[in-house]
Amino acid sequence: MNEELFNKLKEKLTAKFNDAVEVSEITYGFPTFTIKKDHIHEVLTFLKNDEELNFHFLTDLTGFQTADEKHLGVIYHLHNMIKNNRVRIKTFFDINKPEIPTATDLWPGANWMERETFDFYGVKFKGHPKLKRILNVDEMDIFPMRKEYPLEDQSRDDKNDKMFGR
Amino acid sequence: MSKKDNNIPESENTMEKEYSILNLGPTHPATHGIFQNILKMDGEIIHEAEPTVGYIHRAFEKLAERRPYNQITPITDRLNYCSSPINNMGWHMTVEKLIGCTVPKRVDYMRVIIMELARIADHLVCNSVVGVDTGAMTGFLYIFQWREKIYDIYEGICGARLTTNIGRIGGFEREWSKDVWDKINNFVKEYPKALKEFANLLERNKIFMDRTVNCGPISSKMALEYSFTGPNLRATGVDYDVRVATPYSSYQDFDFIIPIGTSGDTYDRFMVRQEEMWQSLKIIEQAIKNMPKDQPFHADVPEFYLPPKEEVYNNMEALIYHFKIVMGETNVPKGEVYHSVEGGNGELGFYLVSDGGRTPFRLHFRRPCFIYYQAYPEMVKGIMLSDAIITMSSMNVIAGELDA
Repeated sequence: MNEELFNKLKEKLTAKFNDAVEVSEITYGFPTFTIKKDHIHEVLTFLKNDEELNFHFLTDLTGFQTADEKHLGVIYHLHNMIKNNRVRIKTFFDINKPEIPTATDLWPGANWMERETFDFYGVKFKGHPKLKRILNVDEMDIFPMRKEYPLEDQSRDDKNDKMFGR
Repeated sequence: MSKKDNNIPESENTMEKEYSILNLGPTHPATHGIFQNILKMDGEIIHEAEPTVGYIHRAFEKLAERRPYNQITPITDRLNYCSSPINNMGWHMTVEKLIGCTVPKRVDYMRVIIMELARIADHLVCNSVVGVDTGAMTGFLYIFQWREKIYDIYEGICGARLTTNIGRIGGFEREWSKDVWDKINNFVKEYPKALKEFANLLERNKIFMDRTVNCGPISSKMALEYSFTGPNLRATGVDYDVRVATPYSSYQDFDFIIPIGTSGDTYDRFMVRQEEMWQSLKIIEQAIKNMPKDQPFHADVPEFYLPPKEEVYNNMEALIYHFKIVMGETNVPKGEVYHSVEGGNGELGFYLVSDGGRTPFRLHFRRPCFIYYQAYPEMVKGIMLSDAIITMSSMNVIAGELDA
């Protein structure tokens, strides 16, 4: 069933947004599409408003940093409750220019999820009504979930963990 | 008398409406958790609410990036601490999905029992607290001993009461003792009586209904836009339940109904939770009755499931696996999974990305509380302060889950 959905989504998305779809794959039974940053808002609008697909529910929105530490990403999980279809939409962009259009105009519930993503990854959502930190203190000047801020001071030499790895 | 003498202002514009600012929280006894709301009040009517969250943020997602998979279970305890077993099970199932492990039917059924007990405990706290906030302390005092009995069952299984860390990746840590089974059977037998008593006290109580009907309502359209899930969404009339939509842990074997409300107000949320407790009891009864016999209580995943101690001392492979698990050096496949379970408050999702290392590359918790609490300012606009308090407690906002 998921493959059927995947094929239909792939067909529809490539027909409408020819170059915008970078990767389309199915991971652990979950249709996943990577969309170019410039088209993300159009794609989300299309997925939400298309009568057949009708992904009317935003399950989750979260940030991501790629392994090369040079790109940030935003990951959307959309859900069509009536047919119980789910899709994951990803988009990646340069860490030095982390700007992406907001999804709050489509789902008011994206508000805090986007604030959280801004808080932890520093992704600036253009058009967000009130983009400020939510879980961390306002005075914080770093984006703590980025990989450049390790959890423990890596320069400590009083702990020798070479034997066991960390 | 001239117009000027009687002190009446000449036009509406010269009289400015004044609002008073009230700081509710962060540690206010009526908010049941650490929530701050800066309220702009017009007399006793809330004109605007500005919530501040994050007072008990503990950076779980960051912590999880440095911990091996089996060490993340204790973190999940502390999300929704009223129903930690559901969080634990959700996490185990996420990892099982990633490593491609299928658990025996018996484990599924045992998990269902423990998850439904946790759901009862969660709803019981929420509903009795709604009672307290409307002035009915009695229900709270009487019904709370049943939460103790559920905690006794947890204690018999895993040794802990609140932050349970129950079960392992692949199954349970040990077979449940006879004492535990007795306690579960006893609970299923005795609890309906207590719940009936509690229902009689509040469900058709005139004072209670006057306070809760039409208090803090939300429409189904708005609830869906704000990504509501769980009892709060079902109270608005949308029959979405993860247990039915995407069954996990053999929920498809059980016969139960999804209670829904109509108006999404405090009373509907209360009633949906009430009915869900009855349904949970029904599920537990079925699980006890149909429990598969002669099956192990864990799956055969030696790379993740700790071998018994005697084996470790006498068997080379067991020793190796024991060492690898304790040091967190097991091999995990690359991949990304999303798994969700029906938590006490709604769809509790785990988005896990693994790069093949010993720890998750990225782990994100979809916390239902965090997502639906943002609709709170909208819901309390134009209602009285005392109504805002019961709206909050009937939404069952849990600080631990909200702030992660």
